[in-house]
Amino acid sequence: MPEAPPDEEPALHVEGLDVTYGRAVSALRSVSLTVPHGTVVALLGANGAGKTTLLRAVSGTLRLHRGAVTAGRIRYGATELDGRDPVAAVRAGVVQVPEGRRVFAGLTVDENLRSGGLGLGRRRPDQVSEARERVFTLFPRLAERTRQAAGLLSGGEQQMLAIGRALMAAPRLLLLDEPSLGLAPQMVYRIAEVVREINAQGTAVLLVEQNAGMALSLADTAHVLEVGEVRLSGPAEELARTDAVKRLYLGETTEEGAEAAEEGAETAQRAGTTEGQGAA
Amino acid sequence: MTTLLDTLFNGLALGTVYALVALGFVIIFKASGVMNFAHGSLLLLGGYLTAVLHDDLGFAGALAVSVLATAAVAGVMDRFLLQAGGPDPHGAHVQTIVTIGVDILILTDLSRRIGGDLLSLGDPWGDSVSGLGPVTVADSRIAAIVVSGMVIAGVFALFRYTSWGLSLRAAAEDVEAASLMGVRLVRIRMLAWCLAGALAALAAVFLAAFPAPGLERTTGQIALKAFPAAILGGMASPPGALAGSLLIGMTEALVAGYQSDLHVLGEGFGDVAPYAVMVLVLLVRPTGLFGGKAAVRV
Repeated sequence: MPEAPPDEEPALHVEGLDVTYGRAVSALRSVSLTVPHGTVVALLGANGAGKTTLLRAVSGTLRLHRGAVTAGRIRYGATELDGRDPVAAVRAGVVQVPEGRRVFAGLTVDENLRSGGLGLGRRRPDQVSEARERVFTLFPRLAERTRQAAGLLSGGEQQMLAIGRALMAAPRLLLLDEPSLGLAPQMVYRIAEVVREINAQGTAVLLVEQNAGMALSLADTAHVLEVGEVRLSGPAEELARTDAVKRLYLGETTEEGAEAAEEGAETAQRAGTTEGQGAA
Repeated sequence: MTTLLDTLFNGLALGTVYALVALGFVIIFKASGVMNFAHGSLLLLGGYLTAVLHDDLGFAGALAVSVLATAAVAGVMDRFLLQAGGPDPHGAHVQTIVTIGVDILILTDLSRRIGGDLLSLGDPWGDSVSGLGPVTVADSRIAAIVVSGMVIAGVFALFRYTSWGLSLRAAAEDVEAASLMGVRLVRIRMLAWCLAGALAALAAVFLAAFPAPGLERTTGQIALKAFPAAILGGMASPPGALAGSLLIGMTEALVAGYQSDLHVLGEGFGDVAPYAVMVLVLLVRPTGLFGGKAAVRV
């Protein structure tokens, strides 16, 4: 398969993306965003805003959910990613960690890690062991449990394994879908540290989160999705200071008080209805 | 005592051959969630090809061609009929029904070709026997145990050590997560069907060899005995399929060996025995011997 030669500093460009599920339910409308090389970009939004859909479009798994890109383009560096299968994304260096961890419960920790490299085909043994070393340095606890079934790990350990599994493919852009979901506060803090460390090693991160406080503290830039459209974009620090974000995602009350909170709840509700039909 | 040893040996031989068929069921189910009702026809196809080709190519050549051809038919059937629309995690039930149609097609054509004949597969063992301690056993059954045992070990090694095996097990656990890792779902699954087809073609040789009279148009129905073996093993578990097959093989041999003592149960209990065992096991363990959560693949 002729692939474009990898760029030195590739960026993810999503331009005017429309995604529809089952040819009927519109989940994203003209969404554009960019993840420059080596940065952390946060994607915020309520349930059903289309965050996961965007990641699926990038990683090429929309088809498994009967969804399709109906307009727009997705490029990573010189590689076109829209309409391609997940293998194309993995080979281009874009790997997604799915929401809810989704480790292979019946496989051992070691086999889970091995499975992370499956998309790259045959690799030299030293490349594999190098990737494994990197994972074990980040997550020493995994190194102690290589023979254990992944299903027997704790929630936090499973999240680490899910991230480690993705790192086995040596990605240059990591798509993280709700890594803090269902974890204890201390573990959320630990995951945030890990994301920072992965980014410091040169991997760009597109972080989808409901925990806006954590996401904004990590990200360089952030986008807020609402019912399938980008509502707000900007540097993470600035966004964290805007009233709308404070109100809706950081849980801080401003002068408007109760009225605003009510409005927020309504928005979330509307969004929830859309998601129910689109992506389960 | 001799009867017991004789019976146990026969049971082992039958069990390992059933295991070739049952493993095929399980590999296909694990890879695609489909119950392959065309498996008996694939087995018959493999046997038929060996039978018609062995005069020209010799036994080994005919067997090699038949194994490859049956694998190809199974692979094509999966890739271009069942998976024609691309990966679809929810299509297993429809695809299972499609295999019934394919079964009828293949079986009808082969029945027409075979008619009432008994075909010899030209295997080198013929009706020769060897003394094994106090018992006399057919060489073909020794060959069945040795060859099937080696092939089964090979299949287990494939599962455990190759990236194909890892891909298949990962996809069986979670299609989407495996897909995100870059597992080529369509190809992995097609290869699983090819392997199952190859195993069925090999099994046909031992099912038609002495002391069986040869290949008949009903030989494919023997796959029906491997079906309870796969189910009582847990359906998605290769070790379970092996254990289940040995259990079914032993049961059948014991019922045949002690037929005169089992008169109370009526004539022909041997045909029913595999199912009786299956029902008994499932009464105690509803998910099968080695089955667990994995057996309810959705």
